[in-house]
Amino acid sequence: MATFALVDCNNFYASCERLFRPRLRGRPVVVLSNNDGCVIARSNEAKALGVGMGAPMFKIRKLVEEHDITVCSSNYALYGDISERVMSVLGSSAPAHEVYSIDECFLDLDRLGVPDLTDWCRDLREQTLQWTGIPVSVGVGPTKTLSKLANRLAKKSAKAGGVLDLVHHPQWIDAALRKTPVGDVWGVGRRWTVMLEERGIHTAHDFANAPDGWVRQRMGVVGLRTVHELRGLVCHALEDQPPPKQTTCCSRTFGTAIFDRGQVHDAVMSFAERAAEKVRNAGQVAGAVQLFIRTDPFAQEAPQKSVSGSATFHRPTSDTRDIGAAVMRIFERIWRDGFGWRKAGVLLLDLGASGQAPVSLFDIIDAPDDGLMRAMDQINTRYGRGTARLGLAQKDGEWHMRRENLSPSFTTRWGDIPSAKMG
Amino acid sequence: MLRFADPPLKLELPLFSAQVPAGFPSPADDHIEGKLDLNEHLVRRPAATFFVRASGESMRGVGIFDGDLLIIDRGVTPKPDDIVIAILQGDLTVKRLKKVEGQWHLAAENSDYPTLPMGEGDCEIWGVVTHSIRRHCGR
Repeated sequence: MATFALVDCNNFYASCERLFRPRLRGRPVVVLSNNDGCVIARSNEAKALGVGMGAPMFKIRKLVEEHDITVCSSNYALYGDISERVMSVLGSSAPAHEVYSIDECFLDLDRLGVPDLTDWCRDLREQTLQWTGIPVSVGVGPTKTLSKLANRLAKKSAKAGGVLDLVHHPQWIDAALRKTPVGDVWGVGRRWTVMLEERGIHTAHDFANAPDGWVRQRMGVVGLRTVHELRGLVCHALEDQPPPKQTTCCSRTFGTAIFDRGQVHDAVMSFAERAAEKVRNAGQVAGAVQLFIRTDPFAQEAPQKSVSGSATFHRPTSDTRDIGAAVMRIFERIWRDGFGWRKAGVLLLDLGASGQAPVSLFDIIDAPDDGLMRAMDQINTRYGRGTARLGLAQKDGEWHMRRENLSPSFTTRWGDIPSAKMG
Repeated sequence: MLRFADPPLKLELPLFSAQVPAGFPSPADDHIEGKLDLNEHLVRRPAATFFVRASGESMRGVGIFDGDLLIIDRGVTPKPDDIVIAILQGDLTVKRLKKVEGQWHLAAENSDYPTLPMGEGDCEIWGVVTHSIRRHCGR
């Protein structure tokens, strides 16, 4: 039988914040989204105090003061590095793995010949905790969807000790399905949850027993696959190589509303730079670019506006000069005075592998690659992002992110490594 | 469309670009062994290895001084007499791990500092120090 495991880091961002700050152990910790907007991660202690996922910072301020909750700005340099370490431990232990997100990883344990899989998973858990300092939970199932469901229960149940194997204990599958609300099934979003609940389908068990024809009609083949996976039929294999991205985006919410044209211009130009860098890193080229700017939808008394524009490249490109020039033209076309702009973004669309760009009969063959982009990327890799830039934008604008409680980049910057006392 | 641009100057066609060897082979070619890599020498388990800056005087006896860079391998299971990073009162602290008559202790390597018995629960080993690195010339 197919054997999938889903390994999920427990409260990943909060666990990363604790790794080098042992004082935070056993204490409530929350991590905020970009610009310190709302809660995106909570330690168990913070959950117990009633801090909701997604709660805006201003709403929990009182709770924070009363219970001395530690509030952290999101530190993606740290989380990214720790995530790589966790994934590398998992990847070297299992025959095959698929990194599913920054804190989740699927393992294919089919060919793993071990006498007791639960013991093996406990050892893996222990090793990950010892090596990286990050606690994880492991769910094992005959399909990816069931492994995800098992993982959720492994995390919730104190008895499970962080591991639940439904492959070697098929008699538990029925109870596991009954215990899982349909909205917590992998791939069932909010819209589907409402629809299913209205029709009396409340648990994964109800859903697994829904008639195929009905599911197919209401939810298409995607929904039907989910139902089959709940019944133990493999529909989703491990994706060793994630499919190449079709679009890439660099967008930010500004710390405050910005009225100044120059400031917004600088922000969007630096997004253009960053987006170009991203597609170059992926070895891709973009066929088109889109720029959007919008005001703050929550500031209801202020005038609202959202503007966008796009351009198509004659020849797909990843050159910051091409992309920057395009974004600049779009910006000039769509800019409006008199609005407090709060968010902007640059999207690169129609991405393809570099070198495979279709060359049409009437194409103008570009000058050979002059190596400037490669040189810039090398400098920025060695000396830090933003060291070498085109003169497109000022370095420190108002639009930069608000990160008032940012922890040091403990593992990625020499000046920030933790210190240990000898006293 | 952003580049109407100039008329085509030349049409470039790909050519085979493998290098054709010419001249005499180096007599060293058969003896190249790759370069020495400090990472390889100092870091056995990259996923488990962390860098920490030491601060204070209590470990002078083993030659760890204020400002030294420590390499920590969390993949190493602590044994008696290892130099370790321990968590003491919420701080990362450098100590010598000792076991005396079945009792674990955290010892300083400097007679001005005390040796502490490890109680239950209030302290924990964070990782084992595998190397210390000191800069002898700042320029």
